[in-house]
Amino acid sequence: MEIPFTVAERPDTGLNNGKIGIWLFLASEVMLFGALFASYLMMRIGAAPGTWPRGDSILNVPLATVNTVVLISSSVTMVMAWASLKRNDFLKFRLFLGLTILAGFVFLTIKFFEYSAKFHHGLLPSKNTFLAIYFTLTGLHGLHVIGGMAINAYLWGPGAKLWKTDPEHFTNRVENSGLFWHFVDLVWIFLFPVLYLL
Amino acid sequence: MATLETAPAHEAEHEHAGHEHLGFWRQYVFSTDHKVIGIQYAVTGLLFLFFGFCLVMLMRWQLAYPGRALPWLGKLFGEDRMPGGSMLPEFYNQLGAMHGTIMVFMGVVPLAVGGFGNFVLPLQIGAPDMAFPKINLASYWSYFLGGVTMLASFFVPGGAAQSGWTSYAPLSVIAGQGQTMWLFGMIFLITSSLLGSINFIVTTVQLRAPGLSWFRLPFFVWAQLVTSFLLLLAFPPLEAAGVMQLMDRLAGSSFFMPSGLVVSGQAAPYTGGGNPLLWQHLFWFLAHPEVYVLILPAFGIVSEVIANNTRKPLFGYKLMVYSLWFLGFMSFVVWAHHMFFTGMGTTMAAFFQTTTMIISIPSVVLLSSLLLSLWGGSIRFTTPMLFALAFLPMFGIGGLTGLPLGLSAADIPLHDTYYVIGHFHYVVAPGTLFALFAGIYYWFPKATGRKMNEFLGKLHFWPSLVFINGVFMPMFIQGFAGVSRRLYDGGASYDFAKGVIHWNVFMSISAWGLALAQIPFIINFFMSIRRGEKVGDNPWEATTLEWAAPSPPPHGNFVTAPEAYRGPYEYSVPGHPTDFTPQFLSATQQAG
Repeated sequence: MEIPFTVAERPDTGLNNGKIGIWLFLASEVMLFGALFASYLMMRIGAAPGTWPRGDSILNVPLATVNTVVLISSSVTMVMAWASLKRNDFLKFRLFLGLTILAGFVFLTIKFFEYSAKFHHGLLPSKNTFLAIYFTLTGLHGLHVIGGMAINAYLWGPGAKLWKTDPEHFTNRVENSGLFWHFVDLVWIFLFPVLYLL
Repeated sequence: MATLETAPAHEAEHEHAGHEHLGFWRQYVFSTDHKVIGIQYAVTGLLFLFFGFCLVMLMRWQLAYPGRALPWLGKLFGEDRMPGGSMLPEFYNQLGAMHGTIMVFMGVVPLAVGGFGNFVLPLQIGAPDMAFPKINLASYWSYFLGGVTMLASFFVPGGAAQSGWTSYAPLSVIAGQGQTMWLFGMIFLITSSLLGSINFIVTTVQLRAPGLSWFRLPFFVWAQLVTSFLLLLAFPPLEAAGVMQLMDRLAGSSFFMPSGLVVSGQAAPYTGGGNPLLWQHLFWFLAHPEVYVLILPAFGIVSEVIANNTRKPLFGYKLMVYSLWFLGFMSFVVWAHHMFFTGMGTTMAAFFQTTTMIISIPSVVLLSSLLLSLWGGSIRFTTPMLFALAFLPMFGIGGLTGLPLGLSAADIPLHDTYYVIGHFHYVVAPGTLFALFAGIYYWFPKATGRKMNEFLGKLHFWPSLVFINGVFMPMFIQGFAGVSRRLYDGGASYDFAKGVIHWNVFMSISAWGLALAQIPFIINFFMSIRRGEKVGDNPWEATTLEWAAPSPPPHGNFVTAPEAYRGPYEYSVPGHPTDFTPQFLSATQQAG
C-alpha cells in the first residue's frame, strides 16, 4: 500500500504531504511562542511602575549578539545544504549541514555559559517575573534548537541513506527540516530584542 | 442494479487484500493502520469515559448523602481517601477535577476525533490510510502515556489534581504533587492532539479520491477538518500555560502568583508580581475552542446518520459548511465570556458578549439545518437514528441555556452555579455522547462486518434518554436557586439551598440508573463482535465512500481505488432506480 503524494506534488494543491505538514506544525509553534510573548506583555504591563528591569541591566548583550550572528549564519548554511542537494552535490550537502549542526552546538555552548553565570549570581526564575519569562522563553527555544539539531544530525547520518534510493524524497526532508530550523532562528530574532534590548 | 452487484464481487478479493503478515504486535498494538489506531482510540476513550463516569457516581453518593459512609465499596478506597467509607473533602475535589479532565481530554475528544476521525475520515475521502501513518501511531501512544500519567497521579502522595479541570492559579500552584502529574499528563495529551490534527488536515487536503472536490465532501469530513484546526491552534497556548505553571511549581517562579499572597495565614514563598488572570486567559483560549472540538465531530456524525435515515440530502449543506468555518473562526474570540466574574472590566465584557452572541448564529444554523433535514423524510427509526434525533433537542437545551451565560449581566448570578454544570453537560453528555453512540451503532458494521442488535440498542437508548435528563434537568433548578458548583456537601450547609437540596437524591439515583442503562450497550457491543448479524459492504444503503470498502476494510482499505462521481447525499433522486445513489457510482453504473 502506497500513500499518495509523499514525494510528488498533488496537482490541484501543488504541494506534497510533508510540506503542508511542516507548515501546519509551524503554525502551532507560532501559537505556542505567541502565547508566551503575550504573557510577557501582560507581565510587563502589569508590573508595578519601575520594577521591570531593562534586559541589558541583567543579561549579557554581547554574548547574545554573537549568538544571533551564529544562528543567522546557520540558517544560511541550512539553505546551502538544501541547495547542494538540488545541485546533486552530496559532499557539499554534508559539509553545509555539518556546519549548521556545529552552529547549533556553538549557540548552545554560549547559552550554557550565559545560564551558568546567571545561576552563579543567584539570578533564578524565582527572583522576579522578568527572569522567569526569560528562562521559560529561552529554555523552550533551547529545546527547539536541540530538536532541530537532532533532526539535522539524523539527516546528516543514518537518514542520508535515503539519498541513494529516493533523492527527491530526501531533498524534501532536508527542506522541511530547514523550514523548522529557520523558524527556530526566527523565534530567536524576536527573543533577542524583546528580552535583551527593550 | 449495479449497487448490489458490487458487494459480492469484493468478497473473494478482500480476503486476499487483507492478507499481510505483520505479526501480532505490529498488527494490533503498534499498528500504523488508521483503522486499528481508530479502534484503539475509541476503545481507550470508551474505557476512560466509563472510568470518569465511575468517579462522578462516587461524587453523587456524597452529594446525595453528605458524610454518610458508602456501604461495601467505600472501605476499598483507604483511610486517606474515605476513612470508614465516608469521603474526605480532598478526595471529593480530586474526583471532581479528574472527572472533568478525563471526560474532556481523555474520553470525548479521543473518541470523537481520535476514534471516529481516524477510522471514518480516510475511508470517507477514499484514501488508503492517513497521510502520516507513523505519526498517527505516535499520536495514539502519546495519548496513552498521557492517560497513564493521569491515572498514576491518583497514587502519588496527596492524590490526584484537585483544583478543578480548569486548574485555576494560584490554588493549583500551591496544590500537591498530583497537579504536577496533571501538567505532565496534559503535555502528553497536547502533543498527541497536535500530531493528530496535522495528520487529519494533511489527509483531507491531499488524499481525497479523484473527483472528490471540496463540496462533495461529506459533512463529517468538514467537521473533522475544522476541529483539527481548532486543536492545532488552540492547544499550544495551553501548553505554554502548562509550562509556566510547571515553572511556578518546580522552579518557584511567580507567573501566576500575585504579590502579597497569603496562604493559611502565612505569606506564600513567592516573590509575586504575577497574574492569576493570565492563567485563566490562556486556559480559556484553549478551552473555549475545545468546547467546539467536543461538539463539531458530534454534528458531523449526526449529519451522516440523519441524511442516511431520512433518505434525504442534508438541508442547506453548503450553508452548514460555511457556518462551520465561521463557527470555528469565531471560537477563538469568545474565550473571556468564561471570565465575566473576574473583574476584567465592562469594555472587555462588552466585546466578548458581543462575539458570543454572534457565535450563536452559526450554531443555530447548524442545528436548524439538521432539524429541517427531517422535514418530509421517510424516517428509519434505527438505533443510530434514535440517538441522532435525541441529540437535536438535547443539544438545543444545552445551547439555549448557554445564552444567558454569554451575557455578562445574566452571567453574574448564574456564574459557578449548578446552572453552568447543567448547561455544559447538556451540550456534552446527551449532546455529544449521544452523537458518539449514534456513530458507534452506525459504523460498527463497517468496522466489524456485523450489525449491533437493534433490540438491545433500543433498550440502551430509551432508559438513557430518561435518566440523563433526570441527572441534568434539576441542575438548572438548583442553579437558579444559587447553589454553587464544587460544594463538597452539595449545598446542605447553606440555608438558601434548603428548598432545592432534595433534588440531589433524585439526580444521584438518575445517575446510577444511567449507569445501569449502559449495560445493554456493553453486552451488545461485545456480543455483536462475535454474534451480530452479518452484513455486506453497505448495510445502511448509504451514499458516502466508506461504504464502497469491504466490511471490515483490509489494510489499504479499498479493493479498487474509489472515485467520486457526485455529491455526498444523493438520496431519493427522482428517476434513479434506488433511493440512494452512492458517490462511487459512475453515471453509466447508475443508469445500468
